[in-house]
Amino acid sequence: MSKKDLGLLILILVVGTVVATINPLFISPINLGNTANLVGLFGIFAIGQAFVIITGGIELSVGSVIALIGVLFVDLIVNFEMAWPLALILMLLLGIVIGFAHGLLITRLKLQPFIVTLCGLLIYRGAARFYTQDATAGFGFGVSFPTLEWMTTGRLYGVPHTFIAMIVIAAVMWVVLHRSVFGRHLFAVGKNEEAARYSGIATGRVIVSAYVICGILTAISAIFFAMYTRSISPSSHGNFYELYAIAAAVLGGCSLRGGEGSIIGVVLGAVLLQVLQNLVNLLGIPSSLNFAVTGSVILIGVLADTQFSSYRARKLAAKGVALQGK
Amino acid sequence: MISLCLSARATVPTFCRDPPLNAQFHSQTGLDLMAAPFLTLDGVAKSYPGVVALHGISLSVSSGEVIGLVGENGAGKSTLMKILGGVIEPSAGTIRIDGNDLKRLDVAGSIEAGIAFVHQELNLFDNLDVTANILIGREPLRGGPLRLVDRKRAHAMVEPLLDLIGADFKPETMVSNMSIAQRQLLEIAKALSQKARLVIMDEPTSSLTLSETERLMKVIAGLRDDGVAVIFISHRLNELTECADRVLVLRDGRLVGEIPKQEISHASMIRLMIGRELKSLYTEPAAPFGKTVFEIEDVETTAYPGKPVSLEVRRGEILGLAGLVGSGRTEIARAVCRIDPMLGGSVKLDGQPLQLDTPRDAIEQGIFLVPEDRKQFGLLLDLSIAENIVLPSLGRYARFGLVQSDEITAAAEEQKDGLGIKATSVETDVGTLSGGNQQKVVLGKWLSLHPKVLICDEPTRGIDVGAKQEIYLMLRRLADSGVAIIMISSDMEEVIGVSDRIAVMHEGAVSGLLDRHEFSEHNVLLLAVGETLH
Repeated sequence: MSKKDLGLLILILVVGTVVATINPLFISPINLGNTANLVGLFGIFAIGQAFVIITGGIELSVGSVIALIGVLFVDLIVNFEMAWPLALILMLLLGIVIGFAHGLLITRLKLQPFIVTLCGLLIYRGAARFYTQDATAGFGFGVSFPTLEWMTTGRLYGVPHTFIAMIVIAAVMWVVLHRSVFGRHLFAVGKNEEAARYSGIATGRVIVSAYVICGILTAISAIFFAMYTRSISPSSHGNFYELYAIAAAVLGGCSLRGGEGSIIGVVLGAVLLQVLQNLVNLLGIPSSLNFAVTGSVILIGVLADTQFSSYRARKLAAKGVALQGK
Repeated sequence: MISLCLSARATVPTFCRDPPLNAQFHSQTGLDLMAAPFLTLDGVAKSYPGVVALHGISLSVSSGEVIGLVGENGAGKSTLMKILGGVIEPSAGTIRIDGNDLKRLDVAGSIEAGIAFVHQELNLFDNLDVTANILIGREPLRGGPLRLVDRKRAHAMVEPLLDLIGADFKPETMVSNMSIAQRQLLEIAKALSQKARLVIMDEPTSSLTLSETERLMKVIAGLRDDGVAVIFISHRLNELTECADRVLVLRDGRLVGEIPKQEISHASMIRLMIGRELKSLYTEPAAPFGKTVFEIEDVETTAYPGKPVSLEVRRGEILGLAGLVGSGRTEIARAVCRIDPMLGGSVKLDGQPLQLDTPRDAIEQGIFLVPEDRKQFGLLLDLSIAENIVLPSLGRYARFGLVQSDEITAAAEEQKDGLGIKATSVETDVGTLSGGNQQKVVLGKWLSLHPKVLICDEPTRGIDVGAKQEIYLMLRRLADSGVAIIMISSDMEEVIGVSDRIAVMHEGAVSGLLDRHEFSEHNVLLLAVGETLH
């Protein structure tokens, strides 16, 4: 665990202790279970976002993809009576196709990631609303698919399956990012794409893969969200979720310039965001201040981080000068 | 800083104090009265730790004079220009402007004194129009709290300048729609708008067509008639003979001579440009050269389309690639390694034509490039030595796609020991190493992959003497072991001292090949400026 991640963990523990002291409900099993569920839901696509951010890109269409895949999935299994495993696979494929399309537009046609995914944000939201004719898909469908329901919303010894899923995904992605050849190439491309190209890395392929990973993980969390909310209003389902993902990644040490980030950091970032949401509710802060609290904490966190890094850089520079003087 | 210049001005004799605004727009009738030249350098020197860039340069520039400045790469031209621009401070000597000694000259002081630059890389905002570029930072305002630009007045200020240089563009033309030549003219207009009294042009014609060059020559002549001094860095003979009143020659940081107008010729310039003692760096190859292993055939680059380049390297040979900066050497290297597109031609290894489409393809064939700018293209500075060395070959150190760090460390240790990289461990960040050690890491990266062809672009730039020698020996060892080596170098001592054969490039084409017995600075320079050997 890096120093950055450790700092974030300490911050979470401090915030948690303070909240628990003021309102012991915070550490009640029910509250912890609910928070863990939300951490799982948001954490999965935040990890995907982190891969994209490490390439130096950004994925803004996450929320809209969650809405689109949500309505399609529900429609397929309820109205088309498709077997849910098949529908699930189709939705994952859709996530892959979306990620692939974004990646190709960015690497082959040299469009800026912000633009491509902003258009995606608008297009998929529009598609979801058109497909459902803007009607809320309030399906009482859960009971008809007990296995699916159990898998997505069940709990194991009180731990929500969403949280477990996120931990499993995080573990796999940790290996991919921090131990695999692809992970190294990803960091190299994000840090200095030209130097990576000179070293013979297929930079385009690496970048496209990052968007595909983001697409798959977003699709997975879209299914979880659909089963969790049980009703999808296509105009608001998943709104702003991309910003949560970006916030979690940035809190977790990703640099929007690319080349930096860690899986543990992103997971901790997702945890902190949910703790903050929870804190607003538990401490009786008007829920209208929700965004303002979250925004302020992120700002302070990132500020503290950059101040700390520049302090360390100065110290290193001073050490370098001292060494040269010898 | 500005006050220094002002107080210096105050001591100027009355007759030349406060030259009329836009003095250069009128013939300066008071010119002959000015006994002191506009600018005088006296013993100006610049040294860096371990290197002397300039040894006591003394020269003077009078108003209305056009001076050509020549010298090979690294002769000290750009150091001298930077001193005049106030970007760097000389270690010794005095700068006198209008007869006043300046203790120091900084950028603001240089602009204040009327020294303006037209750089090779143009410093224009191509997202703005001509007027905005000329007046940037001092836009005329309409008055009022909104600070709106007075467009009418701005255009009125710019138009006479454009007329003066005979521009074929308008004040409202967008820079993005202008040709390189037009942009160069715009730079000159910008310089003039700052009431320049000395315009320094760094190879302004290098990217111009013949007719564009002719127009620039006319503009320079016009400047001279208006009493503006011009320093013109160029190696093109016909330009110098056409517009220079005299040519100054720099060599190894010394002003080695002055050629009066009527004697300007390539021969007279080159006679002065060469003549230093070259240390012998040459080590004999272990065996006679074998047959040709690597061939570049009619390769065209995007920088010089329509100028095919062919080169051959024999087994055991180090082929030096010489030429002036911008002669197309780096472009050839980048095209062959498929970093840049190759417009035509082919690459052959052991007589077999290769199908290379991506940098990866070139690497898989064992064709490696040690790039010119190691910090930007060669290395990832905040990664460790080990991570940099294995970057192109990570797959070899992985099982089931997972990186095996102990194998990486072992491979990196091997290169570190083999190359004598000085660092505490292979986990050290490359950014903290010295230039020489960084370059060894770049080399180590490729050596671990057993190169067949190694193209080194300026392999020893910014590296200390000891590390240079080690790199030369390593290149020789590699050549002896059968690696075809192409060494691009702007360092005359290096290219003559290390190569077995030299190909010289001039404006995108190979202007000549020299065998070892023909090696001389004279011959390399002749070919580099586009002459033929007699």
